[in-house]
Amino acid sequence: MTLYLFYFLSFVAIFSALLVVFSKNPVYSVLYLIITFFAIAGHYVLLNAQFLAAVHVIVYAGAIMVLFLYVIMLLNLNQESEPHKSNLIKIAAVVCGGLLMTVLIGTLRGASQVVHQPGKDIGLVKNLGKILFTEFLFPFEVSSILLLAAMVGVVMIGKGEDNSVNR
Amino acid sequence: MLTNRSKVVVKKEMNFWERMYLPAILSGVVITIKHLLRRKATIKFPEQKREISKVWRGQHVLKRDEHGAERCTACGLCAVACPAEAITMTAAERKKGDEGLFREEKYASVYEINMLRCIFCGLCEEACPKEAIFLTDRIVSTDYERHGFIYGKDKLVEAVDKRIDVTVRQTPEVLEFKKHKLLSHNR
Amino acid sequence: MIAFVTYKMILVLVIFTITLAIAAYSTYAERKVAAFLQDRVGPDRAGPFGIFQPLADGLKFIYKEEIIPNVSNKLLFVFGPCIAMLTALMAGVVVPWGDTVFIGGKEYSLQITDLNIGILYVFGVVSIGVYGIMIGGWSSNNKFSLLGAIRASAQMISYEIAMGLAIIALVLMTGTLSLREITMQQAGGLGGDWNFWNVVYQPLGFLIFIVCAFAECNRTPFDLPECETELVGGYHTEYSSMKLGFYLFAEYINMFISSAVISTLYFGGFNFPFMNNLGLDHNMISIIGTIVLFAKIVFFIFFFMWIRWTIPRFRYDQLMNLGWKIMIPLAIFNIALCALISLYINR
Repeated sequence: MTLYLFYFLSFVAIFSALLVVFSKNPVYSVLYLIITFFAIAGHYVLLNAQFLAAVHVIVYAGAIMVLFLYVIMLLNLNQESEPHKSNLIKIAAVVCGGLLMTVLIGTLRGASQVVHQPGKDIGLVKNLGKILFTEFLFPFEVSSILLLAAMVGVVMIGKGEDNSVNR
Repeated sequence: MLTNRSKVVVKKEMNFWERMYLPAILSGVVITIKHLLRRKATIKFPEQKREISKVWRGQHVLKRDEHGAERCTACGLCAVACPAEAITMTAAERKKGDEGLFREEKYASVYEINMLRCIFCGLCEEACPKEAIFLTDRIVSTDYERHGFIYGKDKLVEAVDKRIDVTVRQTPEVLEFKKHKLLSHNR
Repeated sequence: MIAFVTYKMILVLVIFTITLAIAAYSTYAERKVAAFLQDRVGPDRAGPFGIFQPLADGLKFIYKEEIIPNVSNKLLFVFGPCIAMLTALMAGVVVPWGDTVFIGGKEYSLQITDLNIGILYVFGVVSIGVYGIMIGGWSSNNKFSLLGAIRASAQMISYEIAMGLAIIALVLMTGTLSLREITMQQAGGLGGDWNFWNVVYQPLGFLIFIVCAFAECNRTPFDLPECETELVGGYHTEYSSMKLGFYLFAEYINMFISSAVISTLYFGGFNFPFMNNLGLDHNMISIIGTIVLFAKIVFFIFFFMWIRWTIPRFRYDQLMNLGWKIMIPLAIFNIALCALISLYINR
């Protein structure tokens, strides 16, 4: 049962991820990406990490993708207004993608299969909280500083430079 | 300043308490809840009718005389008097044998009032030399279609066996008018 | 296994029916409350006191002509109301509608499922709900609809943050995310064990939560997505027939669910004062508890309507200011306060 669910979710995730790339309409891309996120949330549930699944849905599908959709709807992208992509950019994109794939394959080849320990459900709230605040305290705090920096940056950009000119 | 009702708008800074929204919302909420159980202003129309004045002007009626003949002679004075141009009529000559139906030799074969145009001013009633048209205390009913509001003779002329009482709104002025010598042919 | 599945199926069916019935009668109640607050009588023609008005409305929705704009994105145009309705109905799964009842020696819980992330599940579902509005608004290919959709998404995201922060303060206090456990912690209340409802300990959190609930349900004073003075009908301008009905219905279901969640989180859920002092047996208390829960929900639905007919709509910049500059700092302050207090108490 779980195995079939896994196959189904994986199929949905990969299929809709491909559609994200291949669909012409950017709004469709975003919607397929949302489906992908749901499939991944399903994977989290299968790994008994309900907390992560819920947070994944709330943060990614519920907030970030809404903002994506928001921007894309406002931009009203269509074929006519699509900027022309030169061959150089295409080549650069292929090279970047290829490099990323090599890196991913390289890391995955070296990785050993993590055995799922039934007794230690990291995905549940209590365990996750404990681990975050003991074992991974430093990375956790660093990532929060990263977010803070991003926030400050956004505020700086949002404020604009020519306050005095406009008023 | 023409009136003393105008108020000078003071745009002062709100203090902290006022900027909290909540006290204002709370007082508003209290006001609305007070209305919850108050007596309702609604009059449930078909069952319950609003009291109307004695001289209230409602749906028109085309009167018959005491023998049951239509009084209207299609003179067109009502149509001329009508400020909303709601009345139209077609005159016709009375045939032999119709003396019981129409009072004079000329009668209105078509007589229509558009109730959507009518403003119920009562000028038609005042203009009528034959005391044929009167406004009654009946309310013009609603309809789903526009053409339902164009009242023809079928709706305007009173039935022979079901006369409509128009004396309710006959004020002393109207009665005085009727005593006029010039109009004695009406009786 | 089969007995378990049938019991759950029946429970789902019952809750589904009750949700729809309450949503249907909320439309009636909305009109009645509006009328009463404005010294009118409201709908009173369909049946005694207009009781059958929702049926008449529903029939009208079904029989109305269905218009799908030619230039719209037809597939998404149909999906929009579906998603809105689906997500609205999904949230009721984790709400504990009552305590357990014993039938024939077996214990049956009146909750469809007690997820250990209960409240987060509700959040997830609610945050997905905005897609129904966004997709519907965008696919209509109408500027008013698009503006409504954009307003809805911006508003929902802004207020979701404050809502989540308000919940964090509550979770700090209760130490659990499961709605059932949160309810059980509020058991008793007045009487023998002086155990108060969470609203006593979390008045600020409750205030933030209920304001955000108003915003999340797109209710006045935050009903800018469907603001008729500016946007015709907002995101559902182009919708007609039952699709429009679905959107309106989803709003009422959302209202019902948020009333249930508010009652559960802050007002003791199915607990009522003196419940352990009456000397009743467990089943009886459970049944009364369910009735009490529904009474609380009905009160909150009334409160939603009461506010709607009291307060005018916010302007959009006021809405954003309230969300980002007042609600979120207030919620963070609330968290800090709760953390400090719980630290002090636990020491």
